[in-house]
Amino acid sequence: MMLQITNLHATVADKPILKGLNLTLNAGEIHAIMGPNGAGKSTLGYVLSGRPGYEVTEGSVTFNGEDLLGMEPHERAAAGLFLGFQYPVEIPGVSNVQFLREALNAQRQHRGEAPLSGAEFLKVAREQAGALGMDMDMLKRPVNVGFSGGEKKRNEMVQMGIIDPCLAILDETDSGLDIDALRVVGDGINRIMRKPDKTVLLITHYQRLLDYVKPDFVHVLADGRITRTGGPELALELEREGYRELAA
Amino acid sequence: MTDDSAIKDQAAWDAADKVADYEHGWSSDIETDFAPKGLNEDTVRFISAKKNEPEWMLEWRLKAFAMWKTMTPPDWAKLNVPPIDYQDAYYYAAPKAKPKLNSLDEVDPEILRVYEKLGIPIAEQEVLAGVEGARKVAVDAVFDSVSVATTFRAELERAGVIFRSISEAIKEYPELVKKWLGKVVPMHDNYFATLNCAVFSDGTFVYIPEGVRCPMELSTYFRINAENTGQFERTLIVADKGSYVSYLEGCTAPMRDENQLHAAVVELVALDDAEIKYSTVQNWYPGDAEGKGGIYNFVTKRALCQGRNSKVSWTQVETGSAVTWKYPSCVLNGENSVGEFYSVAVTNNYQQADTGTKMIHNGKGSRSTVVSKGISAGHSNNTYRGLVRVAPNAEGVRNFTQCDSLLLGSLCGAHTVPYIEVRNPSAQIEHEATTSKISDDQLFYAMQRGLGQEEAVALIVNGFAKEVLQQLPMEFAVEAQKLLGISLEGSVG
Ligand SMILES: Nc1ncnc2c1ncn2[C@@H]1O[C@H](COP(=O)(O)OP(=O)(O)OP(=O)(O)O)[C@@H](O)[C@H]1O
Ligand SMILES: [Mg+2]
Repeated sequence: MMLQITNLHATVADKPILKGLNLTLNAGEIHAIMGPNGAGKSTLGYVLSGRPGYEVTEGSVTFNGEDLLGMEPHERAAAGLFLGFQYPVEIPGVSNVQFLREALNAQRQHRGEAPLSGAEFLKVAREQAGALGMDMDMLKRPVNVGFSGGEKKRNEMVQMGIIDPCLAILDETDSGLDIDALRVVGDGINRIMRKPDKTVLLITHYQRLLDYVKPDFVHVLADGRITRTGGPELALELEREGYRELAA
Repeated sequence: MTDDSAIKDQAAWDAADKVADYEHGWSSDIETDFAPKGLNEDTVRFISAKKNEPEWMLEWRLKAFAMWKTMTPPDWAKLNVPPIDYQDAYYYAAPKAKPKLNSLDEVDPEILRVYEKLGIPIAEQEVLAGVEGARKVAVDAVFDSVSVATTFRAELERAGVIFRSISEAIKEYPELVKKWLGKVVPMHDNYFATLNCAVFSDGTFVYIPEGVRCPMELSTYFRINAENTGQFERTLIVADKGSYVSYLEGCTAPMRDENQLHAAVVELVALDDAEIKYSTVQNWYPGDAEGKGGIYNFVTKRALCQGRNSKVSWTQVETGSAVTWKYPSCVLNGENSVGEFYSVAVTNNYQQADTGTKMIHNGKGSRSTVVSKGISAGHSNNTYRGLVRVAPNAEGVRNFTQCDSLLLGSLCGAHTVPYIEVRNPSAQIEHEATTSKISDDQLFYAMQRGLGQEEAVALIVNGFAKEVLQQLPMEFAVEAQKLLGISLEGSVG
């Protein structure tokens, strides 16, 4: 299995947020996580990616058989974990091209692979940007600076395409996208990640993304744990009934 | 940006990958010829004699020395400098007599190894290897105090450009040197400049004749090598009417236990329609984590924009020295002359930097632009001190100043001290200042994409300094980007 989360407890600023979360993700699967605001969905993404300030107080996580929680954030990235941010961050003065090339080569170096040359990198970057309908001029602009909300989300997907991870945790990648962009991003997720050796954890509030990216499993995260698991039909049920009904 | 420039960008990063790791904490074994320790009239005579100087030069030095003895060191800067014992230092050190060389191939391999460790830019190595189409850079290498090699002299001579060590120029072009030496920075200017006049060891002289665009970048690498050797470089660059030159100065120094004094003087003169671009990447030893050791850098750099439409642009990246006291300045005498100052100053641990610029507007319609990026980490203090002065009869002057400070951690300080003296009401002076902290969000975002913490800091800092870095010639920009990262190692987390 790709990722196994066992009895995960985590606090932020001493406040317990995750309270005994269990989840198993296998290669080749797409999982959706839904849940009310403040339930701890983003927290789960941050804990898995090692964000400082998010403290694990109990439990374990293995990633491809390795102890994920013992790794530094950049080591997790090099091991193939990618987090699509709910709120992508701006880095003034650093172009997307420079940022991604440095990041990718840092990962490659960590894995003992040869770095990509400028020309090799640009070829990959151009392909990925093209597939997601982002023009190269945008890739040369500083990371996310002055990007619209939707452009930032699309940029997260371009980054995912370039980095080519084996596990993608996508935190509300669909929010802020217009109808056409939603389709482009959905297609992108399928193209990049729907492969037998890859796994996606899709955090979302809405069924509309799941129309494009069909999940194998849907989970409800409420009050820091997984309270329900089902197939794609669970998302439709949630959309009809809301979380209140479910919790009862 | 076009695709092409993106590829060039990438090529620069490729080159950066190849530059050797920072390892400047060594001292190479080259025989050194010292002047006796201490400073008196005999020291001055010794230096002058060692260099076979003409009588007028010796007299000039002695006059400066007599003046210096009557002066007291400045203490107005926001610096905390322990007293320097001027008698406890050597004022002259030269590698043992070597024949003059025409190319770096002929240079002592030990010295070449030193330069290799310094990571002299790839472009230059390509030029030296004779790579077709490589950009040309002439190197006048100053090893400790004496120029040991000058390359590309022939090509420069064809263009009429004079590029010499200052001691050669004193002998070969006495009239030119006499005409301009001390005209931009007068002998009595300040304590350290006066000291430099008395004991300057060597340095560079450049003259670009009327209408000539210098066919290559001129480049000098300074390096302080001998223990306890004060360094007193002297640089004089004269750009005659309608000429252009870009000059690169790079500095690194090996690790030492005792503080070493450096008091250089740089004089630039731009006549009508002439332009000088002067770039510095300065990476002297800043002292250890407790602030011990390191270089004291008290430099006087000044440009005289004498002619109409003349232009001087200073770009500096300062990452080294225990104490830096440095204000590259422009005296804008010419009508419509232009002064620019682009600076990145990094301080870490216990470093202190007090740097900035002076833009003295005497000419009508003269303009200046100042962009200063200060990055402070550790317990360091980073001060921008800038003066903009507009003379009463200088109509239509404009100045734009932008000072941005970036703080890493909460123990460091950033200070901005603008002095504005406007005596003509038509002047337009704008000053903008910002202070920010490196954000956890940015750091984590970069780390999630695969960068280690220090790489992430380096990347964000480089982004912050971009406006200045892009003013540098590419081979220098690459070096500077590496240096910013290196100098901030261990400053976060
Ligand atoms: N730095 C912090 N200090 C205190 N509480 C925090 C901090 N960060 C997050 N929290 C709290 O943790 C809880 C979980 O937040 P999280 O962002 O994981 O929710 P979410 O499920 O992603 O919600 P949404 O659907 O709104 O994105 C919230 O109550 C939030 O206020
Ligand atoms: Mg969230």
